[in-house]
Amino acid sequence: MSAPAESPHPAASARIPPKLGGAAASGAAAPAGPGPAPHQQNGPAQSQMQVPSGYGLHPQNYIAPSGHYPQGPGKMTSLPLDSQCGDYYSGLYTVPTQNVVTPNTASQQPGAQHMYGRAPPAPHIVGSAPGSFQGAASSTSHLHTSASQLYSPFVNHYSSPAMYSANSSVASQGFPSTCGHYAMSTVSNAAYPSVSYPSLPAGDPYGQQMFTSQNAPTVRPVRDNSFSGHSTAISHPSPLPPPPSHQYHQQQSLSGCSTLSWSASGLSSTQDNLIRNHTGSLATANSNPTNTVADSLSCPVMQNVKPLKSSPVVSTVLPGASRRTPPAADRPAEPLASVTQPSELLQQKGMQYGDYVNNQASSAPTPLSSTSDDEEEEEEDEEAGVDSSSTTSSASPMPNSYDALEGGSYPDMLSSSASSPAPDPAPEPDPAPAPSAPQPSKMAKPFGYGYPTLQPGYQNATAPLNSGVPPSSPGYSGFQPYAQYPGMNQLSSSLGGLSLQSSPQPESLRPVDLTQERNILPTTPVWAPVPNLNVDLKKLNCSPDSFRCTLTNIPQTQALLNKAKLPLGLLLHPFRDLTQLPVITSNTIVRCRSCRTYINPFVSFIDQRRWKCNLCYRVNDVPEEFMYNPLTRSYGEPHKRPEVQNSTVEFIASSDYMLRPPQPAVYLFVLDVSHNAVEAGYLTILCQSLLENLDKLPGDSRTRIGFMTFDSTIHFYNLQEGLSQPQMLIVSDIDDVFLPTPDSLLVNLYESKELIKDLLNALPSMFTNTRETHSALGPALQAAFKLMSPTGGRVSVFQTQLPSLGAGLLQSREDPNQRSSTKVVQHLGPATDFYKKLALDCSGQQTAVDLFLLSSQYSDLASLACVSKYSAGCIYYYPSFHYTHNPSQAEKLQKDLKRYLTRKIGFEAVMRIRCTKGLSMHTFHGNFFVRSTDLLSLANINPDAGFAVQLSIEENLTDTSLVCFQTALLYTSSKGERRIRVHTLCLPVVSSLADVYAGVDVQAAICLLANMAVDRSISSSLSDARDALVNAVVDSLSAYGSTVSNLQHSALVAPNSLKLFPLYVLALLKQKAFRTGTSTRLDDRVYAMCQIKCQPLVHLMKMIHPNLYRIDRLTDEGAIHVNDRVVPQPPLQKLSAEKLTREGAFLMDCGSVFYIWIGKSCDNNFIEDVLGYPNFASIPQKMTYLPELDTLSSERARSFITWLRDNRPLSPVLHVVKDESPAKTEFFQHLIEDRTEAAFSYYEFLLHIQQQICK
Amino acid sequence: MAFTFAAFCYMLSLVLCAALIFFAIWHIIAFDELRTDFKSPIDQCNPVHARERLRNIERICFLLRKVRGTAPRGRRKGKADRGPELVLPEYSIHSLFCIMFLCAQEWLTLGLNVPLLFYHFWRYFHCPADSSELAYDPPAVMNADTLSYCQKEAWCKLAFYLLSFFYYLYCMIYTLVSS
Repeated sequence: MSAPAESPHPAASARIPPKLGGAAASGAAAPAGPGPAPHQQNGPAQSQMQVPSGYGLHPQNYIAPSGHYPQGPGKMTSLPLDSQCGDYYSGLYTVPTQNVVTPNTASQQPGAQHMYGRAPPAPHIVGSAPGSFQGAASSTSHLHTSASQLYSPFVNHYSSPAMYSANSSVASQGFPSTCGHYAMSTVSNAAYPSVSYPSLPAGDPYGQQMFTSQNAPTVRPVRDNSFSGHSTAISHPSPLPPPPSHQYHQQQSLSGCSTLSWSASGLSSTQDNLIRNHTGSLATANSNPTNTVADSLSCPVMQNVKPLKSSPVVSTVLPGASRRTPPAADRPAEPLASVTQPSELLQQKGMQYGDYVNNQASSAPTPLSSTSDDEEEEEEDEEAGVDSSSTTSSASPMPNSYDALEGGSYPDMLSSSASSPAPDPAPEPDPAPAPSAPQPSKMAKPFGYGYPTLQPGYQNATAPLNSGVPPSSPGYSGFQPYAQYPGMNQLSSSLGGLSLQSSPQPESLRPVDLTQERNILPTTPVWAPVPNLNVDLKKLNCSPDSFRCTLTNIPQTQALLNKAKLPLGLLLHPFRDLTQLPVITSNTIVRCRSCRTYINPFVSFIDQRRWKCNLCYRVNDVPEEFMYNPLTRSYGEPHKRPEVQNSTVEFIASSDYMLRPPQPAVYLFVLDVSHNAVEAGYLTILCQSLLENLDKLPGDSRTRIGFMTFDSTIHFYNLQEGLSQPQMLIVSDIDDVFLPTPDSLLVNLYESKELIKDLLNALPSMFTNTRETHSALGPALQAAFKLMSPTGGRVSVFQTQLPSLGAGLLQSREDPNQRSSTKVVQHLGPATDFYKKLALDCSGQQTAVDLFLLSSQYSDLASLACVSKYSAGCIYYYPSFHYTHNPSQAEKLQKDLKRYLTRKIGFEAVMRIRCTKGLSMHTFHGNFFVRSTDLLSLANINPDAGFAVQLSIEENLTDTSLVCFQTALLYTSSKGERRIRVHTLCLPVVSSLADVYAGVDVQAAICLLANMAVDRSISSSLSDARDALVNAVVDSLSAYGSTVSNLQHSALVAPNSLKLFPLYVLALLKQKAFRTGTSTRLDDRVYAMCQIKCQPLVHLMKMIHPNLYRIDRLTDEGAIHVNDRVVPQPPLQKLSAEKLTREGAFLMDCGSVFYIWIGKSCDNNFIEDVLGYPNFASIPQKMTYLPELDTLSSERARSFITWLRDNRPLSPVLHVVKDESPAKTEFFQHLIEDRTEAAFSYYEFLLHIQQQICK
Repeated sequence: MAFTFAAFCYMLSLVLCAALIFFAIWHIIAFDELRTDFKSPIDQCNPVHARERLRNIERICFLLRKVRGTAPRGRRKGKADRGPELVLPEYSIHSLFCIMFLCAQEWLTLGLNVPLLFYHFWRYFHCPADSSELAYDPPAVMNADTLSYCQKEAWCKLAFYLLSFFYYLYCMIYTLVSS
């Protein structure tokens, strides 16, 4: 279905028949009459909206089935409510005063501006055209814009910042004939991996399809082939187009702006219009004729970037860029900015932020924009504020932008991570946490690890090679991040060499006597082990942040695996926010003909023309096109292509990969407004967050949004553009839910922005006096499903209590007396399969349901969570949420919402995981629906979703020395592009048990075990799961013990790689999910299980085993430099009260929450300098932030905390916990090495294991 | 040569056994259909295919459901006429055998069937994790190990029924002739 969203608004009308568009349409609206393109899903009513007589039509909308609607002219504000009228009735609707016609000019204007994000003065484009102009122009332009968006996908690819070179390709699409594309602009770095191939065939089928479906095509005169480009160009205020050819060249050189060419080519009439429209558009001197429009549209308001930072960034970037050499290509080089201008700085900055933009130009308020198509992608750039001269030639491709492509982003992370990419050795300027720093690699870790070319400093940071196995602390010091690069390298290689003859006993195999080793926890973070591959492969391998295997040495046979008693599986974080992502645009995506594996760095080229698949071993031909390497501009070197040089790449999928046009971003919010919900007060926070982030919602100009609220009835909101106020429609027949009006409940975000804002402002106060205590969640979800099913998208459900009405109602199942039971924990599974079935239906319609549960009492999360689990949604839980009584939860909700609303999102996704023949996957963990044995159906994918897969070895791997795993995630970006993100991991196969142990990735193993334990506790029982966890340790350690020749029966020996295994398992047993004997509310337990299932490894490890630091004596020793700040790096402390001295202050990082524990006799200087209170006694009980004091220790503490925060997507809430305050139990429950009344201490646990082994 | 009750049992079970074989074959086909998926990217990403695939899985799982579930109102219409469930008839036919053989005092035959009977009871009462009415859980059934387990189960049953078919045939003749 074409974008249905558009239809309702007047603009849409324009699209219709081409004829109208062009010519006429002086009264744009009027022509609308003919009717917006009918959309399939719409009821008949829809079209009417547009018709002039706004009035009459409305009733029609409501025509719905049976009821009659009292329509009154009244306004919705005071809904008198409800149910008197029987079925549903629409709260009075406000009658739109204006004629349809008018909306175009008047109403639309504001909207338009937003869309473009431009400064008000320039009313360009489409809708914006003020009445005067608008006649034909407006309509046409509109058309174009819409068209462009549709096509935008194509455009985007090119735009992907990385490739500037790519951009040229765009041009090429349009004009296949010109060969010039390849000539990359000088600026663009060769290094860039992203490649674009010359030409899509002119008559690209896809393009055609789109057109037809959209109706849009009609408008455009002519040149079909050029579609994407063309459209964009049009919309733009393009400076006068130079003669086409000329432009084209220009563009190419400018890499970024491919679009121009289009404009040139075609557009005679349209251009004129445009020009007229855009009063503001100045011809930029240098720049490309800018296209941007489309892009700019999307980024309405851009505030994110702070100008300040920019400067440093720039400096760093530049050098880097220059440095790159093509071969180095692994990492996309930093773009060279064609710099010099201040604006560029900004740009650069933007780059750092990834999402935000490449060219600020586009975003920049100034009309001129040099923008490349990229902009579309980067809508997020919020640079609007910046006045940069837009002029920068688009030439500078910003590497970072890739990931940003669709808007979701989180700046902090990005920025931090960004640094890494910046090759720059000089730490200072780096905005991001210094590359040189030993970052907790997990978080923002750049690709860097794989890429050798980096500067030494960088390398150190990212490649903490220590085979993952943290060497015992003393030894470890040697490895300090600061170590020189070569040293590291050697180390790694020596470690790497393990199984091979070279080293007799690799570090990871060094036996450790667990009971004797008091300080088992290393003082620095634990890194992922590096697979023992040769140096070349190691460089190419996938980042452990995206892809980890529990055994980095894969056993040759199932028998060997069984002997090792270790779980074999993969942990995936496929949609992670990346700062460096090669984006590849190519006509043909090269895949194995039999197993459909994407070509990757681990295939072998038999000769120039053939390659052998590394998964199924089939020999395939190298397509002609693949022989050309756009990076080096050479022919005949297929192995130098970016696909073959990077293990994580993103392809822009061609039309082969879609049968329907990519869906627009559609967001529906379903809000509980019963008494309980109003009491909790979440509406205020939600509406506020939405208002703030409305412009940052990832999406393009087709983005649609809708709202529903429910208590014992279901309320819909008609936000149809043109209304003077939102209309509330109430459906009280919850047994047979229907939609009161087929369209106009999901409206175009940009066209109805004012109404949406009105609604959001009004919502929190609308229900303040409600007495309705019931909650009809089930029917509301059914209605949401109906509403979403034509397009798919994301449904965000906010629920505050147990659903008590209609389908899916639940009863309280928790017995508070059983909370601390050590025996059976019941009700971990759902009480009804209503939610599961609904989720499956949603999944089939590409709709994901995200659940926010904010409740003070038991709400049966176990049942409710199903709706998200099987539809690939995510789950947030805020126990005892109250906006005033529980400010920390409120703060958390606020932060989570910010991230939630702005992060990237992929729609209608599927993920396929392939592995080398002989291995097979058998169980998947995460939120999704398993559609086939290796295919996960994900209605939505978000960057915070992690997955786990269990593997088994079906055939012996004796004839191969390497195995590979490949995940391919095919999704529709929020900009309406189909993209495929491919990760490939390569691991060695070993035949000896010792080597298997040497390669254990203990963190991955723990996370996989946790996932398995969750399944076990649901399908069997919690105590079974706990036993299984303990048995996992016992089995693996005893298996190891029996392989070690010199049996020391008395000692509990573990290989160095496994030495943390018992500790982590103990931590798991003390998790809320699995603990017994400690009072744990059922919902808390279930929520912890949900988190285990769907969190990526990095976050999960923090949750399982928090990091504890002492922060009252921070020093600069070993500090790293990030963003001009000095970030101290205190050593990790073990999680035991013995480490907590009364004189100290400690910071515990639990991932989603930070605790600062202040000892009773803590130094008053510290309290005063850091907390701002004179002494211990005066510290308040609830303190959730550190004041900004101008003292050294305060600065250190804050920079450390900020640094920790920057590395993760969700900004954790900080709690200051005084010793002896009631809150301290929260803190102490994380000290997992200590004994509690119900659980072992670490030492006891070891003894217990030893005892079990000896049995 | 006499037409004893035992002979009657064998004759009846011969006929019913054919039905069981049919069920087993049906299972095999169903799971095979589940296992095969098109690897073409076009099909993968096609939402229509996704929906169909999902329906297919659901349909098969629902055909295999144990209890005729009450479809929630207002939801998909098609659910009510999903056709008869196939699991319960199979189980009941098989238990009917056992009862008949018990009555006919055919201890050997009964002994051969009892393990399967217990298996059926276990299967029936031990439902997959969180679903009350399905023997096969749509979200879980596609996990490779679940699926291969189901396939194996179906093949084993087919073999068992085939063998028992001939065994009943033999026994029928034997009882007819011997007595």
